[in-house]
Amino acid sequence: MYFLRRIGFAIPLLLLISFLAFVLVRMAPGGPFDRERAAASPEVERQLKQKYRLDEPLWKQYGYFLGNLLRGDLGPSLRYRNHTVNDIVAEALPVSMLLGMLAFGFALGVGLPLGFFSAVHRGRWQDWAGSFAALLAVCIPGLVLAPLLVVTVAIKWRLLPVGLWGSPWHAVLPTIALGLFFAGKVARLMREGMLGVMQSEFITTARAKGLGEHQVMLRHAFRLAVLPVVSYCGPLLADLLTGSFVVENIFQIPGIGTFFVNSMVNRDHTMTVGLVLLYAVLLVLLNLLVDFIHAALDPRIRYA
Amino acid sequence: MHSLVQQRCPNILALWSLILLAAACAPQERRADITIINGAEPESLDPAIVTGIPEMRITRALFDGLTRLDPRTAKPVPALAERWDISPDGLVYTFHLRSNAVWSTGEPITSADVLWSWLRTLNPATGSDYAGQLFWIQGAEDFHHGRVPAEQVGLRAPDPRVFQVRLTAPVPFFLDICAFPALAVVPGQVIERHGDRWLHARPLPVSGAFQLGAWRLNDRVRLVRNPRYWDAANTASEIIDVLPIGSPSTALNLYETGAADIVWDKDLVPAELLDVLAKRPDFHTFDFLGTYFYRFNVTREPFNDARVRLAFALATDKAELVRKLLNSGEKPAFHFVPEATANYDPPEGVPCNPLRARELLAQAGFPEGKGFPRVHYAFPSAAGASGNMARKIAVELQQMWRETLGVTVELRQIERKVFYSAQSRLDFNLSASSWVADYNDPNTFLDLFTSSSGNNRTGWQNAEYDRLIREANLQTNDTARIELFRRAEQLLVNEEVPIVPLYFFAGFNYFDPSKIAGIHQNPLDEHPLQFIRRIRESAMAAGAPESSSAQSAF
Amino acid sequence: MNVEPSSQSPRQRAWRRFKRNRPAVAGALFLALTIAFVLLYPLFSPYPPEQVSDSQFARPSLQHWMGTDVHGRDLLVRLCYGARISLVVGVVGALISLVIGVLWGAIAGYVGGRLDAVMMRFVDVLYSMPSIIFAIVLMSAVEPPAERWLAHLGLPADRSVRLIVLFAGLGAVSWLTMARIVRGQVLSLRTRAFVDASRALGAGTGHILRRHIIPNVLGVVIVYLTLTVPGIILYESFLSFLGLGIQPPMASWGSLIAEGVGQINPIRIYWWLIAFPAGFLVLTLLALNYVGDGLRDAWDVRGA
Repeated sequence: MYFLRRIGFAIPLLLLISFLAFVLVRMAPGGPFDRERAAASPEVERQLKQKYRLDEPLWKQYGYFLGNLLRGDLGPSLRYRNHTVNDIVAEALPVSMLLGMLAFGFALGVGLPLGFFSAVHRGRWQDWAGSFAALLAVCIPGLVLAPLLVVTVAIKWRLLPVGLWGSPWHAVLPTIALGLFFAGKVARLMREGMLGVMQSEFITTARAKGLGEHQVMLRHAFRLAVLPVVSYCGPLLADLLTGSFVVENIFQIPGIGTFFVNSMVNRDHTMTVGLVLLYAVLLVLLNLLVDFIHAALDPRIRYA
Repeated sequence: MHSLVQQRCPNILALWSLILLAAACAPQERRADITIINGAEPESLDPAIVTGIPEMRITRALFDGLTRLDPRTAKPVPALAERWDISPDGLVYTFHLRSNAVWSTGEPITSADVLWSWLRTLNPATGSDYAGQLFWIQGAEDFHHGRVPAEQVGLRAPDPRVFQVRLTAPVPFFLDICAFPALAVVPGQVIERHGDRWLHARPLPVSGAFQLGAWRLNDRVRLVRNPRYWDAANTASEIIDVLPIGSPSTALNLYETGAADIVWDKDLVPAELLDVLAKRPDFHTFDFLGTYFYRFNVTREPFNDARVRLAFALATDKAELVRKLLNSGEKPAFHFVPEATANYDPPEGVPCNPLRARELLAQAGFPEGKGFPRVHYAFPSAAGASGNMARKIAVELQQMWRETLGVTVELRQIERKVFYSAQSRLDFNLSASSWVADYNDPNTFLDLFTSSSGNNRTGWQNAEYDRLIREANLQTNDTARIELFRRAEQLLVNEEVPIVPLYFFAGFNYFDPSKIAGIHQNPLDEHPLQFIRRIRESAMAAGAPESSSAQSAF
Repeated sequence: MNVEPSSQSPRQRAWRRFKRNRPAVAGALFLALTIAFVLLYPLFSPYPPEQVSDSQFARPSLQHWMGTDVHGRDLLVRLCYGARISLVVGVVGALISLVIGVLWGAIAGYVGGRLDAVMMRFVDVLYSMPSIIFAIVLMSAVEPPAERWLAHLGLPADRSVRLIVLFAGLGAVSWLTMARIVRGQVLSLRTRAFVDASRALGAGTGHILRRHIIPNVLGVVIVYLTLTVPGIILYESFLSFLGLGIQPPMASWGSLIAEGVGQINPIRIYWWLIAFPAGFLVLTLLALNYVGDGLRDAWDVRGA
């Protein structure tokens, strides 16, 4: 029931988001048909604007957009004139989702143990080293990390392909480049959470019951300490699934992240609005999923 | 600990492994015979719409014209038309189509198809930026503006194999234009049925040497040999993959590790490495018809004064610029039309002369730059080598003007779309620009600055210049024509100076000549895909050093 | 921190704890030295930051400690100027996000009810909008009018405009988290036992705000502020990568890194162009994060 209500609330939210995006992209100066070479005549540009309804008042344009949206159609791309936004999303989103999922797995797979490890050795050198590694991961910009990975691993040692997409080998370096930052973040959250839980009465009770240290940590502490990470997973996944401009650009991966930035730079209005809407829908759904997992993990939470 | 996660959030992990599995099991495509790195992702593959060189390289392989460009000389040679007659006054062209010219689906290509394709390009509703190429045809411009019906355009198809064109002026480059993508022959029925998404139709009838096997944005365009092409016997490769890549370092990395055979775009060469690359046997450079220059806005102070403009031109040390930033094949440009252009003999142009520059600036009322208004030099921000180059040139220019003229010009890097919009609205003082030839004739450059040109973008209008260009294109005597163009260019770069040329582009490509054959350097950077082939023996012997384990494992 | 028996103010106690945290003190020291260096070094350097010269791509040497770039400009001087700009952009951007975020969050949290709901829904809407859209719209739409306006006032608008727009743009895209955190804090403080107790003892609203709410919110805000600065510095480097950052010939760390990243290739690397800017940036971000963590532990803030 609670979740149904949440979905009900999400719809006006999504409409508002799409409207805001719609207005914002049209506010920026420069249009989709401004280019280095002028069109054959002003007539060409006029007809193009008419064709894509860019010459009509904003509320009317938005009306058309909503009408198409009801039929599940996000409209034609203004830059890739032989493609619709749906075509592009259908092609590029699965790629980004796959890479995002891999990076998500990497972030959790590295971040959770690292944070856990740091926390149980609190104050000792293992904690220092673990925390430093996590912090370093957060501080190195992907912009620098990705090319360095390529030059060392792919070119110097010839271990992996330098770019493109196709086999699982192609996914290794992009996964690391994309996931490392989030792994650091997850590790930090995990460590925080563990430290908080380890001080709580709950753990003292568990110890008093005579449970082994190992069991206390894994069975009881971890379960509560992972909650901040779970909350973080919603926005994290939404970010990861919709791709990354830098990583896709450097590894030449046909994902949706490049389109996010390029559609804005190219003033491909329909594309931008469509992608914003997609991102918002993903975010809403994932946050819902996160709440769901929260409820399952934490017995104190009950949704009426 | 992992087991705990798996217990608690099975949905996420299950989904994750499912997707992984799906990816691993996806059928692997056959490896292409040749993989080419081609520049930015094509905006379109519709020959009437494309404007960029990377796109045109692909559309030329898909859709043939009445003529096509020779791979060695880039001169027009017979294509769908096997021969033609030109009337003595140079105004009427009669093309005779090949009897074996057929669509990839088997139907014959007729003169009606040619007529339909050309009218489509002319129709403003198609949105072709290059419709202007057809304005040399009688009535075409009026039709474009909706003033006359299609019947009054000087195009006739009296017979399925005969196509007749009537021009307004005896321009010597009309056969070059016939090879231009905007005049290629496209399948009318499919376009009428499928609209904008017609390139996704299957089967897609094509008139060129290759069929469109696959087109995945930011991934690749796969071209598959068209066995029904009239010249299919000479098509050297079965499958060619064309990769869209925006970053020069990625392109180089892929090439160095063997994931691609050819890199060809001047935007994809890292400028800092040119001195090393230029020495390698697989690096090829050649003259290319393009000019980098900057525009003045002559409608605004202080550049409404020709003396100030000339002072800036004389203060610009082009040789120094080329020496410092462009160390491979580019030549300093003292005039606008590149030297390699056919049918032409350019004037001397503007040298670098700091003394004279300071004198002129003083005459114009700004001795040693004193009292010079605040002006800015705008250049576009762009990914890739051209964006970086624009920035570097701006930094060097600023320094030159400051040292020679005592004027500090502000630099302004502007987002690309905003930049072009501002340029066409004349909202700038100085603006970085470039121009690349559409065909090999001075007109493709000099036509730019006529009063009526949409690409003028300087606010400069000169009746004498317009007259010279118009007369040159009506002139049938070659020497007289060259002289008229020379006079016009003299006016443009030495006297009126609405623009200052900086350097002539060079074309680059890299490929290993012991493995790849069929690429020839020519001034239009035109390399028909049809003739490119892999040299089998050596490829076997060398045993491709690429990430082969990764390729074959799945 | 529930009930506050000691005579120390929260501020004093935090300072005492912070001093005991060695990495945080080291980080603070590093930052102080960095700032002193980037302010002082250019005064003694023989090279003006924008002086183009003929010694292109000179290796690090006694003349040029960090080498030169493509235009023959001294990298160390440019790095100092870049540091000034990046730090100023980071700090001012973070302060702008602070002002908006704190006001927004505090009002929503304190007033509560329907207003709270509306204000936080608005934050949700903006949250689901990729920040690159705001950045581009702000940068491109605000700059020309801002410039005209400054020119109108007779100010030398040239370079400062892009900088101001950059401040505003970056601040405007990073206030959302601040607003959420502040609201949460205010909301929970309002109903806390010690606030109730204080109220029962007859304390006025002013006293409660001064003695309980503001000091506690202040902790979160300061902590989050130190963590926002690195985020903004990284975001600026991404904008520079797109060519939307600082105007040449000026430099920021982001633009220097973006230039350096282009140098990473398999044939020849001018390593100093990437190593020094990236190293400097990573060290500074590490220091900022350590200071932020130290402050957080000192103020005993959770969940920031």
